[in-house]
Amino acid sequence: MNRAKRFEVIRMVFAILIALLISFIIIFFVSEEPVNAIVQLVTGPFKSKRNLANVFESMIPLVFTGTGVCIMFSANQINLAGEGAFHVGGLIAAVAALKIALPAGVSPVVCLLLAAVAGAILTAIPAILKIRTEASELVSSLMINYVALWFSTFILMQFICDPATGSASYSIPDAASLPSLMRGTRIHSGIFIALLVAVLGYLFLYKTKIGYQLRIVGENEEYARYSGISIVKVILVSQLLGGFIAGLGGGVELLSPIYDRFSWTASLGYGWDAIIICTLAKKNPLYTPFAALFLAYLRTGASIMSRATDVSFEIVQITQAVIILFVVAEQFLSRYKHKMIAREAKEALKEEEAS
Amino acid sequence: MLNGIFSVEFVNSILRATTPILFATMASSVAAKAGICNMALEGMMLLSALFGVLFSALGGGIFGAATGLSQFASFGVGFLLTVLVGGIIGMIFAFCILQMKADEILAAIALNLVASGGTIMLLMAVTGEKGASNAIASVAAPKVTIPLIESIPVLGKILSGQNLLTWLSLLSVVVMHLFLYKTPMGLKIRAVGENKDAAESVGISAKKVQYIALTISGMLASMGGFYLSGGYMNMFTRDMAAGRGYIALAASSMGADTPIGGFLVSILFGIAQAVANLMQLTTIPMQLIQMIPYLTTLIGLGVYSYVRMKRRKRLLQSE
Repeated sequence: MNRAKRFEVIRMVFAILIALLISFIIIFFVSEEPVNAIVQLVTGPFKSKRNLANVFESMIPLVFTGTGVCIMFSANQINLAGEGAFHVGGLIAAVAALKIALPAGVSPVVCLLLAAVAGAILTAIPAILKIRTEASELVSSLMINYVALWFSTFILMQFICDPATGSASYSIPDAASLPSLMRGTRIHSGIFIALLVAVLGYLFLYKTKIGYQLRIVGENEEYARYSGISIVKVILVSQLLGGFIAGLGGGVELLSPIYDRFSWTASLGYGWDAIIICTLAKKNPLYTPFAALFLAYLRTGASIMSRATDVSFEIVQITQAVIILFVVAEQFLSRYKHKMIAREAKEALKEEEAS
Repeated sequence: MLNGIFSVEFVNSILRATTPILFATMASSVAAKAGICNMALEGMMLLSALFGVLFSALGGGIFGAATGLSQFASFGVGFLLTVLVGGIIGMIFAFCILQMKADEILAAIALNLVASGGTIMLLMAVTGEKGASNAIASVAAPKVTIPLIESIPVLGKILSGQNLLTWLSLLSVVVMHLFLYKTPMGLKIRAVGENKDAAESVGISAKKVQYIALTISGMLASMGGFYLSGGYMNMFTRDMAAGRGYIALAASSMGADTPIGGFLVSILFGIAQAVANLMQLTTIPMQLIQMIPYLTTLIGLGVYSYVRMKRRKRLLQSE
């Protein structure tokens, strides 16, 4: 590992430590039993097999949206509709599972493909708007998220709602469900799809021509234009693919043993969590599983803490926010970086003189 | 429904829906004029909505929440404290992006996360509940009744009896217009937004100017947030900003980031919201109606951007 990379890792570790420290301080302020809360938060996930399994379960959706956002952000397309794509992916997977009767092996594949296509259509809207009208994809994608949320609730209530529940769909048939891998846990085969997506995402971005073009546009759009790269193609491909992956993730999550019915009437927030995954993974899909594992650990811990003590789960949002801030703040530890670069230069100079 | 549209109540409903968006649009304009896309508006509004409830309850504790002068005093304390905190939040955001050099969009996402989680935690700590602030006796912004004008038919009912903050939001358009176009600081803000390096070359400290712009932006956003929980509704509910900060970004950009332009677009979005409110009386599914404000924004943004692009291309051709 070279110095620059090592510096990035050190910086990230510091950012995470500071974020945790701030969270602990907040816990001390709001809780009657702060020590117990912190112990639950940090060690909770290791307390039982089920808790540990929870970590891996909640990592899966984060890998999908994280990879999707990595691809879109690599092309500097700040499309935040991954949230909506994930949501609609879940909806479409549920609708397909309920309305299209297929044999066990085929059904999940069809449901997931439809979910992914729905996600791609959703994130393509800001892309097409940008190409045709030069409207900023940022604002339009934010609006798309709200439209997607209400659209999904509309379809749920009008077409697939089980009157017995009032606000959830009919039970997803077993033929469409993704099987659980281990007895007593809900870790499901979606974890393989997630890891595959992360690896394929990496190969796409770093080992293909279009992936290279995409990153060039992300680094410097003017330069890319002068070197003959089709900007329109990059805008479209990056966002189609990003939404495809996020939609696939929504489908996988819904067909997993975690959900028996489609009942998402509020935003789940995986699209927003994807931002921190992408930040920690430095836009490289290959690192998203690690970032997702970290975040999943934190959230499982927080969930255990909120059940056992008086601290609410929402504290992780603050932890996440502080991590994002410190990781993206260029000035954070920059003095240390300068020192390190200077030392490296001096050493190189010495070596040169010696030879 | 047509009867509903041609009524005084409908005009009032437009003004009610426009007020929070208008404040946020002004907040977005002043930041955009200084060259910063303030996506943190959403979080700023949400935080202020909760602070508004807490601070006005604090004021109520001192002055009482009865009608008349004591209500006004309680509201005044709550409002001023909220706006003060709003300014501080604006400064913190400015510190993150100007001093720490964090990307403005990612920093805004972080701030919005803090707002979304932090308001729920704070609400939980104060009331023991996570959903809404029913338990807190907050004091709403007073309504302004104007004697004499009150008795004019139709017009009287529109001009009189409006929330004080609605008037303040309209006033903020005039103030922001004068500030940006008629004062030295306004000129500096626009210069920095137009070309940072050029502004610095004539001795303007871009950082200082952007700090000021974001502080003002935070204060305006907090007024919008205060209105949400102390005018539009009479309590805080979780995630009650509901994308209004983002809609304001669109409104501001569609108004070319000018206060007057932003005002006109805000009214348009206010109408969309008011129509949506009215349609809830019909048999159209509620979920489709809820989509209207966001769809209107999306379509409006598309149409505006298209026209702007065409105009720019025509200009390039004629040169």
